[in-house]
Amino acid sequence: MRWLAARQFRVQAAVGFGALLAVAVLMLVTGLHLRDLYDADCKAHVCSGGAERFVTKYHVLRALLGLGVLATPLLIGLFWGAPLIARELESGTFRLAWTQSVARTSWLAAKLTLVGLASVLVAGLYSLMFTWCVSPIESVAQERFNLGAFDEHGIVAIGYAAFAFALGVLAGAITRRTLVAMGITVLVFVGVRLGMSLGVREHLMSPVKKGYALTATPELGFLASPSGVIPVAGAPRLANAWTLSSEIVDKAGDAVPEATLHEFVSAHCPRVASPPSPAGGAGARTASPPARNEFDSCVSLLSTQYHEVVYYQPANRYWTFQALEMAIFLVLGALLAGGGFWWVRRRLT
Amino acid sequence: MSTAALQTHGLGKRYGRRWALRNCTLSIPVGSVVGLVGPNGAGKTTLLHLAVGLLSPSAGSIEALGEPVGSDPRHLTNVGFVAQDTPLYPTLSVAEHLRLGESLNPGWDRELAGERIGRLGLDPSQRAGQLSGGQKAQLALTLAICKRPELLVLDEPVASLDPLARREFLQDLMEVATEYEVSVVLSSHLVGELERVCDHLVLLAAGNVALSGHVEELLASHRRLTGARRDPERLPASQEVIEASHTDRQSTLLVRTSEPIHDPSWAVEEVGVEDLVLAYMGRTSDPQQARPQLSAVRR
Repeated sequence: MRWLAARQFRVQAAVGFGALLAVAVLMLVTGLHLRDLYDADCKAHVCSGGAERFVTKYHVLRALLGLGVLATPLLIGLFWGAPLIARELESGTFRLAWTQSVARTSWLAAKLTLVGLASVLVAGLYSLMFTWCVSPIESVAQERFNLGAFDEHGIVAIGYAAFAFALGVLAGAITRRTLVAMGITVLVFVGVRLGMSLGVREHLMSPVKKGYALTATPELGFLASPSGVIPVAGAPRLANAWTLSSEIVDKAGDAVPEATLHEFVSAHCPRVASPPSPAGGAGARTASPPARNEFDSCVSLLSTQYHEVVYYQPANRYWTFQALEMAIFLVLGALLAGGGFWWVRRRLT
Repeated sequence: MSTAALQTHGLGKRYGRRWALRNCTLSIPVGSVVGLVGPNGAGKTTLLHLAVGLLSPSAGSIEALGEPVGSDPRHLTNVGFVAQDTPLYPTLSVAEHLRLGESLNPGWDRELAGERIGRLGLDPSQRAGQLSGGQKAQLALTLAICKRPELLVLDEPVASLDPLARREFLQDLMEVATEYEVSVVLSSHLVGELERVCDHLVLLAAGNVALSGHVEELLASHRRLTGARRDPERLPASQEVIEASHTDRQSTLLVRTSEPIHDPSWAVEEVGVEDLVLAYMGRTSDPQQARPQLSAVRR
């Protein structure tokens, strides 16, 4: 059985591993070059030209290679998963394969094992090579926990690939049409991935809460909201951590309504609350030089009553999150594969 | 023979609300070559897929070589199958198909496979996708026969072949069946092709078994009567009318009877398999009428 599974997979495997090899060469060259640049320019995550310059200089390359990491599991689901059963059903060859002296579940097990392992291998290798390749950039940018970057690095791609592959296989078994199965794979995969990244991930562990004095907040400004001009605190930069949200709270730790903030600003620093400029009130503003003093004193006054709290996932949870997310997708993939077995055994009769 | 090559009891298969096969009861003795005939959509493929475990019954039971089909995958070792349109992997070569057969069947007869490929003139390195229809059918038959089954099931194996390839294929099949003592069930809507090779006949129409039996007995028990026009109802009770056609003056009846026909007013003729099949196919538009015949026709 393994021979047939391997023989049928030969061309697809050549394409997949060939592409991986080409990307590997590209990433090896790039990775070594980036290391040279880093050594020449930077030390201990700090670059002489500034982090921004080093990072933005290569952001296109990083985005393109990273896009490949994101796309690889989906491509695997489309071109390795969806046709696995569907093409046999379409072409009628399942009637040949399933009437030899081997149970169809063994047939499926052989195919799933071989192509499934190849899937996680390709996606995992690509992701790890990418992680290595751009690590000089990441060590300066220090944002690997952020949305997007998290999905492109480390081991999560292994889970994504297993999930996408099993999804394609099951969709192919159910629909019996490769193209329809591909369509379903795209929709479900993208949907589940977005749901995970944008919805579920931040709740995998309860976030850490940290308070900051408003005077210590790097990006404090005033914004014209529907309730009037209110102070707005940006989140402080936490290296390699994932900042989820921030808000201004009072001494009791409760969130402060916008109306209360506006009242406070109007009462204590009226010049900030109703700026003299004719265009005033529209959009965020940081203090212009003439108003600098008023701005600073207003912030000082505010910080006597209020402070900012930031909710975030700390940097040391990065690998825990990677492992959790990979495990979740591996389990999803295993469930879908089990569904594939059930379908082939019970429903295709 | 103690076990039947194929035996079904009240076998039925339903797709949604439609019964593709219904209340099918058959017994095919070991060593027979059975022709399964019937119009397109009569349930032939469904019955054959049930026989090889590609489908599972919605009702009733089916046994091949004395064991319930699908109970144990090892059971497939003894059943060879050539599916409709002889599906093969187009990118795999002839030799790779043999390797496929060898790796998936414990009883694979490598010698026979090599001998057959040589005799059929197939190039082992040629891809199956480039073979002609006849060569594909021969390769598919080789795969099925080299696992050395006791029962060989073929679904419309000659439907897509030209007349010459058809004859060669059936001849080859018969030689193989005789040499290796394989029971054969093959379906076709070309009755004439089957007449030459089958000793058993099963006629399916609209999902029901319309006729089943040993070909010689079926032919011996049916006669065509031609004579002056008369009402078929007035025939002796031993003569059952299968098909009747009348002109103004003349009646032509196809009757089944186990007794000789003595009435001198009839011109009595023997019937061929094709006539018989067409006659039974014509009357199965009403299955209720056809069903009582079964017990009488079956051996």
